[in-house]
Amino acid sequence: MRKAIGIVVLAAIAAAGAGWVLTAPKRLPEARFTGMTGDPAAGERVFTAAGCASCHHAPDASGEDKLVLSGGQRFASDYGTFVAPNISPDPENGIGDWGLADFANAVMRGVSPSGQHLYPAFPYTAYAHMRDKDVVDLWAYLLTLPASETPSPPHEVGFPFNIRRGVGAWKLLYMSDDWVMSDVPDAQLERGRYLVEALAHCGECHTPRDGLGGLDTSAWLTGAPNPNGRGSIPGLTPDRLDWDAGSIAYYLESGFTPDYDSAGGHMVAVVENFAKLDPADREAVAAYLKALPAGGAMD
Amino acid sequence: MTRLLTAVTALSLGLSGAAIAQDYSGQLKARQGQFRILAINLGTLGDMAQGKTEYDAEAAQAAADSLVAVSMIHQGPLWPEGSSEMDMDGTRAKAEIWDDWEDFGSKWSALGEAATAMQTAAAGGAEAIGPAMGALGGACKACHDSYRAPRN
Repeated sequence: MRKAIGIVVLAAIAAAGAGWVLTAPKRLPEARFTGMTGDPAAGERVFTAAGCASCHHAPDASGEDKLVLSGGQRFASDYGTFVAPNISPDPENGIGDWGLADFANAVMRGVSPSGQHLYPAFPYTAYAHMRDKDVVDLWAYLLTLPASETPSPPHEVGFPFNIRRGVGAWKLLYMSDDWVMSDVPDAQLERGRYLVEALAHCGECHTPRDGLGGLDTSAWLTGAPNPNGRGSIPGLTPDRLDWDAGSIAYYLESGFTPDYDSAGGHMVAVVENFAKLDPADREAVAAYLKALPAGGAMD
Repeated sequence: MTRLLTAVTALSLGLSGAAIAQDYSGQLKARQGQFRILAINLGTLGDMAQGKTEYDAEAAQAAADSLVAVSMIHQGPLWPEGSSEMDMDGTRAKAEIWDDWEDFGSKWSALGEAATAMQTAAAGGAEAIGPAMGALGGACKACHDSYRAPRN
């Protein structure tokens, strides 16, 4: 009997130990980015497509002030309210004292320089698919932006979601290196997939989430309730969005729907970004959306 | 005595409730109608910009003129306080409009400026209409971003 108890205790310790190891923040190999230098001009395009400023500029900033990434915008969710941090190049209050590897780990793995899990309100599950060169260029561009001394306010997240190790378990469930659309037969669809699934992180709002807040990829881009509690976010699969490809591209350029209603809410920021990209990028997104299966299940 | 007080309280509550719930259906129709006129004329111009229809100088000019005409309608009488989405059905007008009426007005003025620019651009062919549509879209979005609630 005593032996049996001993085995159970040992097993429990082993399981806890394994859990502790499995949920530990995983950094990228240190050598992965050594010797790479970023091109700020190319980084600006990545920055625009990834929509960094849309969440990290100060609340109510307009015009050029949107390039001051002082943070402070609030994002309500079922798990608490996340507050976008200062990611300007200020060394005290921003991320100016980070190295390239620190930045890459935050963006692609959701791990802070001090080795803490970041909350997935920061869409690193999408950015995990970013190309190394784009990450390096993006970092080079971010360092050219104005510094802000505004301190980052803390997130307003209660127990148990304030236990960051829990995010490690969440990542085991929901972080994947696989694309949702596994087959892309041509270069345009590949570009569209890269924009939709990685940079522009469309799935974060347009795909429903399960009980633990992970994206339900079997209902990819089929629409979801609005996380701020008001109304819903429309589905983008061809059965839900019957616009032709040209109309989708024009919406992303001008904000006008085919019946000339205009974008509202957070899509205003998204359209503002897409309008700055090449027409070929908007067409690639349209092609990707038209290639989605009805109902959102890829298989 | 208590019963009388209760009755008086109930009556006064009922009266103030009635005072709040005014009928603004006329104002609602008017403001949604003006947006519909904008959308129809934007459609004429946008379809030309996209090459969906052939450029027609006269039709483009007429559409731009109509945009300007709508933008000249004074908005005050159409937006009485108490006609937000919190107060009545059938509207997506956020209560924030009345929190910052001045800003709401300046966004309407921005539409007027973009419409005036379109009046000039409309004569210049589909290539000139395109960027002017972008500016008009910007004016629409700027206001909808702050003052229009999401669709339910």
